[in-house]
Amino acid sequence: MSDLHLLTITAARAALDAGDITSVALTEALLARIAAVEPRVHAFLTLTAEQALEQARAADAQRSHSRSGQALGPIHGIPLAIKDVICTSGIRTTCASHILETFVPPYDATVITRLRAAGAVFLGKTNCDEFAMGSSTENSGFGPTRNPWDVSRVPGGSSGGSAAAVAASEVPGSLGTDTGGSIRQPAALCGISGLKPTYGRVSRYGLVAFGSSLDQAGPLAWTVADLALILQVIAGTDPFDGTTVPHAVPDYHAALTGDIRGVRIGIPQEYFGEGMEPGVEQTTRTAIAALGDLGAELVEVSLPHTRYALPTYYIIAPAEASANLARYDGVRYGPRVAGNSMWDEIERTRGSLFGPEVRRRIMLGTYTLSAGYYDAYYKRAQQVRTLIRNDFQQAFATVDLLATPTSPTVAFPIGQKVDDPLAMYLSDIFTLTASMAGLPGLVVPCGFSCNLPVGLQLIGKPFDEATILRVGDAYQRSTDWHMQRPTL
Amino acid sequence: MALTRAAVEHVARLARLQLPASELERMREQLSAILDYMTMLQEVDVAGVPPTAQVTGLSSVMRPDEMQPTLSQAQALQNAPDHAEGMFRVKAVFEDESTG
Repeated sequence: MSDLHLLTITAARAALDAGDITSVALTEALLARIAAVEPRVHAFLTLTAEQALEQARAADAQRSHSRSGQALGPIHGIPLAIKDVICTSGIRTTCASHILETFVPPYDATVITRLRAAGAVFLGKTNCDEFAMGSSTENSGFGPTRNPWDVSRVPGGSSGGSAAAVAASEVPGSLGTDTGGSIRQPAALCGISGLKPTYGRVSRYGLVAFGSSLDQAGPLAWTVADLALILQVIAGTDPFDGTTVPHAVPDYHAALTGDIRGVRIGIPQEYFGEGMEPGVEQTTRTAIAALGDLGAELVEVSLPHTRYALPTYYIIAPAEASANLARYDGVRYGPRVAGNSMWDEIERTRGSLFGPEVRRRIMLGTYTLSAGYYDAYYKRAQQVRTLIRNDFQQAFATVDLLATPTSPTVAFPIGQKVDDPLAMYLSDIFTLTASMAGLPGLVVPCGFSCNLPVGLQLIGKPFDEATILRVGDAYQRSTDWHMQRPTL
Repeated sequence: MALTRAAVEHVARLARLQLPASELERMREQLSAILDYMTMLQEVDVAGVPPTAQVTGLSSVMRPDEMQPTLSQAQALQNAPDHAEGMFRVKAVFEDESTG
């Protein structure tokens, strides 16, 4: 079998089960692909080739000892890449920040523990915006990742490395994290599929915290079927994360029936129009119409507080970040900048080792939480957050899911928005809302505008990933946008 | 709203960030522009609306209070830039009151 690096997880799994390939051969093919394209893409911050080959050999040995490959589970022997904000025991975890440049976690995040137990092979840690703060991966302390469809453009962010690694066929699947759109927007800009699960569905233990009421880890891959396989492994309650819910985890793959007749899909009018590239709007509307052709019922709905989501998010997330990032003081981990006293050293370390966007968000969060401003900013934002949640609740009284654009533009040129924070923040305007309400969001590629990928976002009810996965999978059964790959 | 330079310096101190002098004016301009944008929220009627701090609806999640394995002292110290006698080591805390 040739071109192993082009296999989806589902196809690789079938080939492994049939004995046509080995995990070692698959891993070697991907490492060769990485060596060939990584200089142009820069999706990875750390490669773990040796450990990956060792894990692949162990997976192959286990497979040869088992009676039936099926019993090994769907991602056994499958190579994955992990965003570098997720702790991996013994493997450097930097959050793309100089302040954690030397940090080697002594433990695995729960999502890693689960994937490891399921037999996954870890190829390396992927680039991202520093501490997951950004929409382009340009805020990485170690240089930007490039979009495989056009290397002069950004891959989106913050999980830009995880998205670009898949789009460049360096790995068939990856984990990202999403606080305000950080899985969904890069998936859209890189022409792949990505899922932000419901807040509370996947453990945050070992995810380096950014916005604790918003952060979720989730998968990126070519197909919705592949996302379902990864979600199945990482979803579920965790005694190490008190915000994981005790709900049973359904069989996500079984939910992919291909039949979406009678499913009611809401189209929120506020997500179209002003500020949106015409090609993106056109492509998105065509995709939504295709869902109608598959038998879904399309219903206009209104989410009246949508325009307030961006200012609300940029109060709440930086406020939470300013508290979470207080721990980086050069005392317990990371490098320390020399100074005259303990406080002087802490202030120098934080001032010089955090990058500009992280400093900006810490300042913003500290300001809105400070005495005299708390009620005007933070408390008011929390109240508007309630109104945004209520909008969704009302919409979901009449529809099963919502279909929207993912980002107002296609991938933009590197450097274009880097000096204008507000313009950059607008890139997440359609993904922030679901984050504020904790809802699951799925992105599937739905076509091209100006030869660059466009993604359709499907927003589900809380803990109803199964429905959005079913609709996304049905769409992929009738289209082939998700299988188009860039020439690098 | 336009932030003053003094306000930016005050917030930087609260956040324990020593900003390069060259960045203070830029930070002042950017934060002012972002805060300006946020005044949009003042037009929303929030009277009587309860704040959302979390979305799961879970409360007081407990586990049995039982001994569990934890990191060893060596593991906890392994990433520290400076440690001694099983503890994190820092410069004197109280000697330089002007920055404390």
